[in-house]
Amino acid sequence: MTLDREAISERLAAAGYIADRDLAVALWLMDDLKRPLLLEGEAGVGKTEVAKALATVHGTELIRLQCYEGLDQNAALYEWNYQRQLLAIKAREGTADPDTIEDHIFSERYLLERPLLAAIRRVTPPVLLIDEIDRADEEFEAFLLELLSDFQISIPELGTIKAISIPRVVLTSNGTRELSDALRRRCLYHYIDFPDVDREARIILRRTPGIDAALAGQIARMVAAIRREDLRKLPGVAETLDWAATLAGLGVHDLRQNPETLHDTMMCLIKTHEDRAQMTREVTARLLGKVA
Amino acid sequence: MTAAAHHSEPGSIGEAMRKRLAGFARTLRDNGFRIGIRETQDALRLLALPLAARPASLKPALRALFCATHSDWDKFDGIFDAYWTGHPGRIKTTISGAPNKSRTPFQQLMESASASAPSGLPDHPERREAELQSESGKGRLQGASRFDTLASTDLRHITDPKDMEAAHALANRLARVMRARLVRRERTSRSGRRLDLRRTIHRSISHGGTPFDLAWRKRKVRQLRLVVLLDASGSMNLYTAFFVRFLHGVVDAFREAEAFVFHTRLAHVSASMRDRDVARAVDRLSLMAQGIGGGTKIGESLATFNRWHARRVIHSRTAIIIVSDGYDTGDPALLGSEMKRLRRLCRRIVWLNPLIGWKDYSPQARGMQAALPYIDLFAPAHNLDSLAALEPYLAKI
Repeated sequence: MTLDREAISERLAAAGYIADRDLAVALWLMDDLKRPLLLEGEAGVGKTEVAKALATVHGTELIRLQCYEGLDQNAALYEWNYQRQLLAIKAREGTADPDTIEDHIFSERYLLERPLLAAIRRVTPPVLLIDEIDRADEEFEAFLLELLSDFQISIPELGTIKAISIPRVVLTSNGTRELSDALRRRCLYHYIDFPDVDREARIILRRTPGIDAALAGQIARMVAAIRREDLRKLPGVAETLDWAATLAGLGVHDLRQNPETLHDTMMCLIKTHEDRAQMTREVTARLLGKVA
Repeated sequence: MTAAAHHSEPGSIGEAMRKRLAGFARTLRDNGFRIGIRETQDALRLLALPLAARPASLKPALRALFCATHSDWDKFDGIFDAYWTGHPGRIKTTISGAPNKSRTPFQQLMESASASAPSGLPDHPERREAELQSESGKGRLQGASRFDTLASTDLRHITDPKDMEAAHALANRLARVMRARLVRRERTSRSGRRLDLRRTIHRSISHGGTPFDLAWRKRKVRQLRLVVLLDASGSMNLYTAFFVRFLHGVVDAFREAEAFVFHTRLAHVSASMRDRDVARAVDRLSLMAQGIGGGTKIGESLATFNRWHARRVIHSRTAIIIVSDGYDTGDPALLGSEMKRLRRLCRRIVWLNPLIGWKDYSPQARGMQAALPYIDLFAPAHNLDSLAALEPYLAKI
């Protein structure tokens, strides 16, 4: 099923993801060129959300592989269920001939599917999210590259498993490590920036039930102003939503109404001690004066 | 999109358009984009689609296809507009990498330092000779007596072009030797943590299926990453050419290394330094040409590093090596606070100061004073021996 750009835009919005136009083009292109999409951007701009929304758009399953340092093929691809295999060997000891046992324990029954294998064995192509690829080792990246170009996996005991369907692959990176050129070239690229005030206000409206439009606009402007301050960790969209929910829950209708509450709830946005010290009451008041 | 549009051949668009697209790909390549034939082919397919008729969708589509990094992403719009909407004046081709240009101050600097011609090409006779000598018996560094004396001579006093070239080659090789030793040390210090069932069962085959011989999984030790920040200001003039060669050796030999050069501003030069050919690597440094030999703003350069590069290039096992004489024309307070910030981010900070090798030197420069509390190792770097002495220290990190 291939959707055109407008349809993707609409369905993304219906799935609760307010995307910019360019992202919709990139998502459409992914289908057309059958290439993975590499998303980069600051932490908290909603990279992972894109994959979730994409799965909703196409009405398929989302399979997620969270990368970490030391992630190996056994955790990402497949693993034999050793405990069961050992049991099977012991149970059949002396009763069956060795070849039968061997064939038996190296059959699919004893194979544990990990995300990558799962992703190529679905009948309807799922969305495969490879999250924070920059945290995995370079060796794993090279292996992944091979998988992404052939979409087949060879298991020595079982033979080659070809993809039943080609999954839509979304990779995200936070830039903790430089990715290889080969991987970058293999992928389409999209850089997600913090949303502009207008889009963030729409996101708040969409995701926070019962909040009024004026307050959403104020919050979006306030967060945008905070992001312009020289902070160590800038608040992401998730933080904005937390803050909006908190303020709505406290019954705030206008940011100017109660500067004290505003400052006290700032912990939803500011998450390091140093930044907290920098965002004094005076700074909050100054920013509030500018945006509200 | 219809199925027909999907399988449209590149041939369905005009010859003129194809040429224009090839030109665009070339322009992007000139600007540092890495674009292969596949990308161009995919772009041709895109152009044949109905979507291409609308520039509003064509631009983001080509951008997603051609960009591979954030810096590509930032540059793309300008280049696209300039190329397709016809304001060629706005095309900004980068200075680095272009072959025949006028000599930049940096190249001149390198030339004046190593007067005679093709410095350190991979198979330069001088180096080959040195390597041959080093193979015969002793350690590579202590190869021959001529190099022995060279290694301990203050770099300021090496004037003979031949000696200079040898010193440069030695610095380059020193960096490689350091790598070999550091890596070897890592392999022996591993220890098992978890049972490796896969391997255990494989080994049990020889015992008739009973797992006597257990295999363990070891935690992979992260390779030490070196991040070198080299001061290329006027006061470092006598040493810069030499350290650039050392830098090249480090970046080329360590898979995990990043290089930065700074004077009044900071530039990330790893990509240029990764060029195997030293002379070409130095050519590509020409981006840094402006301001070489001028003042130094260490504090501001560090601030740039902390803000834009630190998160990406520093991991849990990173040593920062700052090569500078500490003469700062900027604000020492800023240098202090940025050093403090940097200290929190990385494992070790090594400050190499060529002046320490001078007689009666004490770190009086205000910048140096401000930075001292945050430095783990404050070491001389006026000759090759002092650089070699670094290796045991780095191996322990």
